[in-house]
Amino acid sequence: MAELKLPASEKTIRGLSVGDFVELSGRMITGRDAAHKWLIEEQRDEVVPYLKDSVIYHCGPVVGQNEDGSYEFVAAGPTTSIREEPYQADVICRYGLRGVIGKGGMGAKTLDGLSRCGAVYLHAVGGAAQVLARAIPRVEKVFMLEEFGVPEALWVIHVERFPVMVTMDSHGGSLHDRVEAASQAKLQELLG
Amino acid sequence: MHSDRSHTETFVELIRRASTQLPADVVEALEEGRNGEEGGGLACIALDTVLSNVDMAREGSAPICQDTGTPVVWIHYPVGVSTRKLKEDFEAAVREATSLRYLRPNAVNTLSGANTGDGAGRGIPFLHFEEWDEPRVEVRMILKGGGSENVGTQYKLPDGRLGAGRDLEGVRRAVLDAVFQAQGKGCAPGVLGVCVGGDRVSAFEESKRQLLRPLKDTNPVPELAELEERLLAEGNELGIGPMGFGGNTTLLAVKIGVLDRLPACYFVTVSYMCWADRKAAVSIDEGGKVQWLS
Repeated sequence: MAELKLPASEKTIRGLSVGDFVELSGRMITGRDAAHKWLIEEQRDEVVPYLKDSVIYHCGPVVGQNEDGSYEFVAAGPTTSIREEPYQADVICRYGLRGVIGKGGMGAKTLDGLSRCGAVYLHAVGGAAQVLARAIPRVEKVFMLEEFGVPEALWVIHVERFPVMVTMDSHGGSLHDRVEAASQAKLQELLG
Repeated sequence: MHSDRSHTETFVELIRRASTQLPADVVEALEEGRNGEEGGGLACIALDTVLSNVDMAREGSAPICQDTGTPVVWIHYPVGVSTRKLKEDFEAAVREATSLRYLRPNAVNTLSGANTGDGAGRGIPFLHFEEWDEPRVEVRMILKGGGSENVGTQYKLPDGRLGAGRDLEGVRRAVLDAVFQAQGKGCAPGVLGVCVGGDRVSAFEESKRQLLRPLKDTNPVPELAELEERLLAEGNELGIGPMGFGGNTTLLAVKIGVLDRLPACYFVTVSYMCWADRKAAVSIDEGGKVQWLS
């Protein structure tokens, strides 16, 4: 499997296709419901350096604080991505994201944003909170912890060989669309 | 006497077990699923990751999933025990388990958006009490995650779109539709708790109570046992697979309960439990002796 370093170039990202299994290394940021709304309602310049050419991880972690005040991720699997569908394409294009990590896939608006702005949807294994927390050795900083609480805050993290599957690419391909169409055909057959 | 004693410590351990140790029958079902997927494919990789994750959580006494869910709890208690006290003890246990990071601070004030910070909140945990003749207290709980909760659904039969009438064939059609609609979003492979009948309140509770059943038990009602088996097979034929990546393992089990209904109503209620089918149970006797039931 290929290792993908973050930050990544548009060219690298456009080289990825549905079905690829990759491992991410470098810096990324978490963000879910409150974060996406916040990033769209206002231009958050302070977060730009952490979003540009990197990826946003739909994750509400369990976080521990060490005696020296630093944080560590105790459990950190993906949350359902489709809730960010109204915001995601705009967040990608406005902030220059190269990818989104989550689970369950996203819709047509996001798929279009991926093509337009050169990004991919990366599926982490839902519920695999320990495997994924272990691939996050360091927490660099956090935005909006007080206001949003632990699960909803934007955590800047460093990952090492963080395993994900490309399920939506920058060429209009979506594994989720394919599986849904095939399962719909089977459902019709079963319902007769 | 039960009433003189705090059960908080026992309940913290119950929560720890539920959050960090996946029951043996669930692990076995996941292993069977993995062995039925094509080696090296995304479905197989996903289930291998899941199984490694289960081992790591148990060894590290850490949450299997970061969404530690809503504790949904059924408590049987003997005559004379204070349910108010049991509730206080359980809520204290949720706060303690959250500070120990067995649970994520998972209760959000719906109006203000502020996290309560300690895991407990209005309606969280969700506790059901039932008096019984035995002298012991028995507590059974599940941790029900939000992603899977969002794909739970309720059908009102007849349903013209599905061609589902008020009979078990109609139930079958509704449940298959629910599996299709969920795709991988509930963290497939999932376990379905289904309630046929009841009203909009009682039915969701009963559908969740079905999730307490061992995965490989047999429904005592023969026609329901048959329907459970058929829905498990047909749900898997949909090919949605682990995480919705496509594959043979979409469901691990289907469990169906029945409640009586009003003449005007016929609900089919589906609660979807993710692969992290977290549950634990304990019995506490009169002398305070604790026995772990799973």
